[in-house]
Formats: sequence, C-alpha cells, structure tokens
Amino acid sequence: MAGVILDVRNLSVSYDTPRGPLKALRNISMQVPEKKIVGIVGESGCGKSTLILAIIQLMAPNANVTSGEVLFKDNDLLNHDLKQMQALLGVEISMVFQDPMQTHNPVLTVGRQMIDIQYRDKLSYSEKRQRAADMLALVGIPDAEARLNQYPFEFSGGMRQRIAIAMALMAKPSLLIADEPTTALDATLEVQIIKRLRELRDEIDCSILFISHHLGVIAELCDEVVVMYAGEVVEAGNVRDVFHAPSHPYTKALLECDPGHIKEKTRNLPTIPGEIPDLVELPEGCVFAERCSKIHDACSARPEFQVVTESHAAACHLNNGELVK
Amino acid sequence: MSSLLEIENARVCFKVRSGLFSGAGIIDAVSGVSLKIEEGKTYGIVGESGSGKSTLARAVAGLHHASEGSIRYRGQELRNLPEREFRKLRREIVMMFQDPIGSLSPRLSIRSLITEPFRIQGMSDWDLDAEAKRLLKMVGLPEEFASRYPYQISGGQARRVGVARALALDPKLLIADEPTAGLDVSIQGEMLNLLARLQDELGLAIIIITHNLNVVRHITDHVGIMYLGKLVEEGPTEKVFATPQHPYTLALLAANPEPDPDARLMRIELLGEPPSLLNRPSGCEFHTRCPFVQSRCESDVPSWHSDTDHGSHRCHFPENWVGKQIV
Repeated sequence: MAGVILDVRNLSVSYDTPRGPLKALRNISMQVPEKKIVGIVGESGCGKSTLILAIIQLMAPNANVTSGEVLFKDNDLLNHDLKQMQALLGVEISMVFQDPMQTHNPVLTVGRQMIDIQYRDKLSYSEKRQRAADMLALVGIPDAEARLNQYPFEFSGGMRQRIAIAMALMAKPSLLIADEPTTALDATLEVQIIKRLRELRDEIDCSILFISHHLGVIAELCDEVVVMYAGEVVEAGNVRDVFHAPSHPYTKALLECDPGHIKEKTRNLPTIPGEIPDLVELPEGCVFAERCSKIHDACSARPEFQVVTESHAAACHLNNGELVK
Repeated sequence: MSSLLEIENARVCFKVRSGLFSGAGIIDAVSGVSLKIEEGKTYGIVGESGSGKSTLARAVAGLHHASEGSIRYRGQELRNLPEREFRKLRREIVMMFQDPIGSLSPRLSIRSLITEPFRIQGMSDWDLDAEAKRLLKMVGLPEEFASRYPYQISGGQARRVGVARALALDPKLLIADEPTAGLDVSIQGEMLNLLARLQDELGLAIIIITHNLNVVRHITDHVGIMYLGKLVEEGPTEKVFATPQHPYTLALLAANPEPDPDARLMRIELLGEPPSLLNRPSGCEFHTRCPFVQSRCESDVPSWHSDTDHGSHRCHFPENWVGKQIV
C-alpha cells in the first residue's frame, strides 16, 4: 500500500513465564502513514512498550512472536537478521526513550557522542561536527557550537531530551519512535518539546510513532491515535473522531477519568473500577467486559474490529458496524 | 482562630559545590515563603521540578532545617525543635512520600509496615492485628493484604498502603508529596477520592505537593504557586484558576493540554528553562522566561501584592495581561 511507512499486521507476542505464556500482545494491527504522527495511548501494562520493542526487534529473550508481521516499507522486520536491523536502526528508524537523564553516556561530551553516531557517513570530522551543531540548533539549543564540548550533566532534563531527539533525527529517518518522551519533564517544557516535534516532522518529513499515557498530549500532537487495552487495540482512528466520538467504552471511560476534562470542581472524580485481566489466563470474550459499564450478553464473544466512520474503528459489540477487513 | 500551621518567611538553604575546585556556594531552595494552613482544609503547593516545593514540605515535617523564619504548628515553633521533641509531634504531622513502592521497606510485610508507627511511638501494647485490619479497611484494601510484601502489590495499592501508614496514628496534618505521580488516570481518581473521603471522616488538614494543576483544581481549597523557591501567587483555588494574576500561573494553566484536539488553548509559551538557583536573575526572578517582560521587571523586585478579590501575587503588571486573549 502506498503512503504507509509502517504496517503492523496481526502481531501477537507472548512472554514465557513460569505460569505459562503471558500473552502481552494479541492480533495487533495498526499503520503509520507517511508524514503523520500516530499516537499510541493506554495505561501501564497495556502492551505499548512490548509493541515498540517488537517493531525495533529489541525484545526480551523470553519474548516470542507467535503470529503476524511488521512491515516497514513493505519489508517484514521480523525476518530481518541482526545485521539487517542494524542497518535500519538509526538510519531509517530512530527512537527516543523515556528517561532523558539516562540516555546519554555520562563520560563523553555531547559533541563526541553526536559525532560518534555518524560513523557510517564518509564525512570529515569538521563536517560531522558542523552537522551535530546544526542538529542541536534545530531542536532549539542556543549556542550549539559551544555546548558540543559540554557533558550531559551540564544540561537540564529538557535539554537532554532535546539532545536525544536531535541525535535520533541526525540521519533524517523515515520513522521516529518516541516512547513517552515528555513524561519525565515539567509541563511547560513538555509543551515546548511537543511543539518542536511537530515542527521537526515538517522540516524532516518523517513519520512519528508517539507513545504516551497522557491524553492531552496525544490530542495536541497526533493526527491519528491507537487506543490499547490489555494487549489489544480497542479503538483506532483520526484523533478528532476518536476523542470527540469515542466508540469503545474503555476510551470513553479513559477520557472521562482525565481530570483535565472536568471543568467543575468535584471531590468525587470518576474512575474505572476493577483491574486489568490476567494476561496468562485471559477471560473469554471481550477483554474489557469485566470493567465495562455496558456489559451485555454479546460480550461473552470476542468483538471484532468494526468500522465506526471512514477513519475510525473500534472493537466493541455495541457498534454493529461493518467489519474491518 | 489561629491557623493549624503558620509558615512565616521560611528559608531553607543548602551548601553546594559548583565545581571540583571552586568553593562552596549557597542556594536557597526555599527563599522566604509565608503561608497558613487551616484545620481540615487542603492546601496545594504547585511548581515545577526544582521550585522548592518538596523542600518546603520536608522542612515542615522536620526533615530539613529551616535557617530563617518560623514554622509554627498550633502556635508551637518547629524550627529549632530538637529531634526528640519533634518525634512526639510526628503523631500529628505525617508525611506520605513520593515513590510509593520505594518508600516501603521490601523486607517488611504490609502488616508490619502499617503498624510500624505504633511501635515507633512506643504503642506496641496496642492490638496491632486489629489496627492493621482497621487501617486496611479504611483505605479500601482487603484484609489478606496484611501478609503480603511490597513487591506483590501494584503501584496504586502501594499508595494506599502509604496512606494507611501515614494515617495510622490519627494525625492532624498530612503532607502528601506527589500523591498521584506515576499513576494511570483511571487510578489517579481513586487516590484523590480516597484522600477527600478520609479528610471528611478524620478532619485532616492536607498539604498536597504536585505539579499537576488538574489535581489541585479538584481537591484543594487554597493553592500556592512556587517558582525558584518563592511563592509567586497564592489564594483560594477557584480564584487563582479563574483569574490568575501572575504570568507563571497562566503559563502552567496553559501548559496543561486538554484531551480535545480542537481545544486551542490560549497558549503562552515560556522562553527557555528555569534559571539556576546559584545565579538568581535580578529584579523579578521570572523575567528571563516571562512573555510579557518589560524593562522595569529586569531591575525592580516586585513586592507581594495582597488582594482580597484574587489572592496574593508577585508581579509588577498583573493588569497588563489579565483577561487578555493570548494567542
């Protein structure tokens, strides 16, 4: 398909545990279109991190892919060996991790690290250094040339995260994966980073896969959103459609729980009662049924992904839409 | 009636070495903060990392020493109270720490953890099993949890254990340091509802330290906004939210993305990063990042304006931008 940079099809991943296989991801399908920002949202334990680790093939030794494919520009990454992956990572696919305080080597200067990662390029030292300085300037670090000589501890958290973004974008990748890049930052810096990411997408023409549990950030930044719950995609589509007309009770509940949504002062905030199901012994039928306020007879069968609108689909029996192919 | 806790001009400083060979400098993590907390009310202290909010709370709990000013609890000065005296007060002033699992000793069962305050206060002759049951019930955890260990419970449950332990001795003032940090939104509400319920039942005063304004809006009566160790704005929560007087408050409010793609907030973007405490800016300390900065802000230190309609603030030109639609 043209225009899709990353196409995850029917991906299932399980972890071997002493109790049996823990089915962390089950039949995940999602796409990242070219030059779009796609957000993955879900609570702890919903499989967000497993999904991105499966995409970049950095899975834990006890993880097994039991079905599916991960197509990046029409090549299945699951069939790539280590060498082929290494040729892709950092060039075509880059990643920004969650904790900006620990992503850099503390004993090397920022400049040295930014020059080192250009080892593939046949450029002179001064050209590489210039490029590093340009990248730092691009992410909004003032006085970039001089700051290349500084060590990571001399930068604040927000700046370190921007350096991490600069390093990830150095090779002008087609896909940037950002795993909660703003969680460790203060609100005012978060806003700066989000704005910068959107501008960089336009300048570099890359797609961004953005993982977050913060609904506000997703609404602000992303074009499309994928909502995950307990290892499944429960709803996906255009951000506006999903946030304005959530069609899965979990998405609805999640939006209601966000105190940013509630304008009136209240001492009784909404919650989602119950806990996520055990992923070793999965319940039959809908995974959300146990916590759902709209549970009915049909929920004992597994819901299929159904079309809600042209750009929006959800896995809930209440929708009665056409099945997504 | 006098307040439960009165903090006047408190200053907490730390010695730091700025480099390997340079001499020690002194930073004021808390630099002259005054506030009052009434019995049974909730006070929210808001600010970003490094604004001194945790240091202030720890000074109240006697974990840091305030070098100047006064901290009075029911009229009793806490600032130079010897540790032995302070220990008695810890039945009334308790603290809930930020990292829920890290603050529980991994070697103790939940039962030992929540009854530890009784042993520390020399109340071992109490029926600790019954107390453990009572406390677990109070925070909504099943009794079987008493025999579990911290690694067997989730983050949300660990928070509840933290609450149970803090409230074991029926305190009067609870200091909660980031009670919802790291919790998923669906559990965050539970935690806040629990605190609100216990406050009503036990008549607790609560100090909540957080950087999340959404949390503050719903559960606090009063709020103080801190920047570089000083309060920049303070007042009744509703008033501060409705008519913020300091640009920093406005920026914090604006930096709170709403879960609605069409909500184009009035965005005010702060410039740069918070300055170093070793090198405080001249004049108004916020002027280096303020989008409305004027020449006077760079030289004159703004005084603390008290205004009964809006609460108090520290800004030269509040009228300049209040109510203005900022794009």
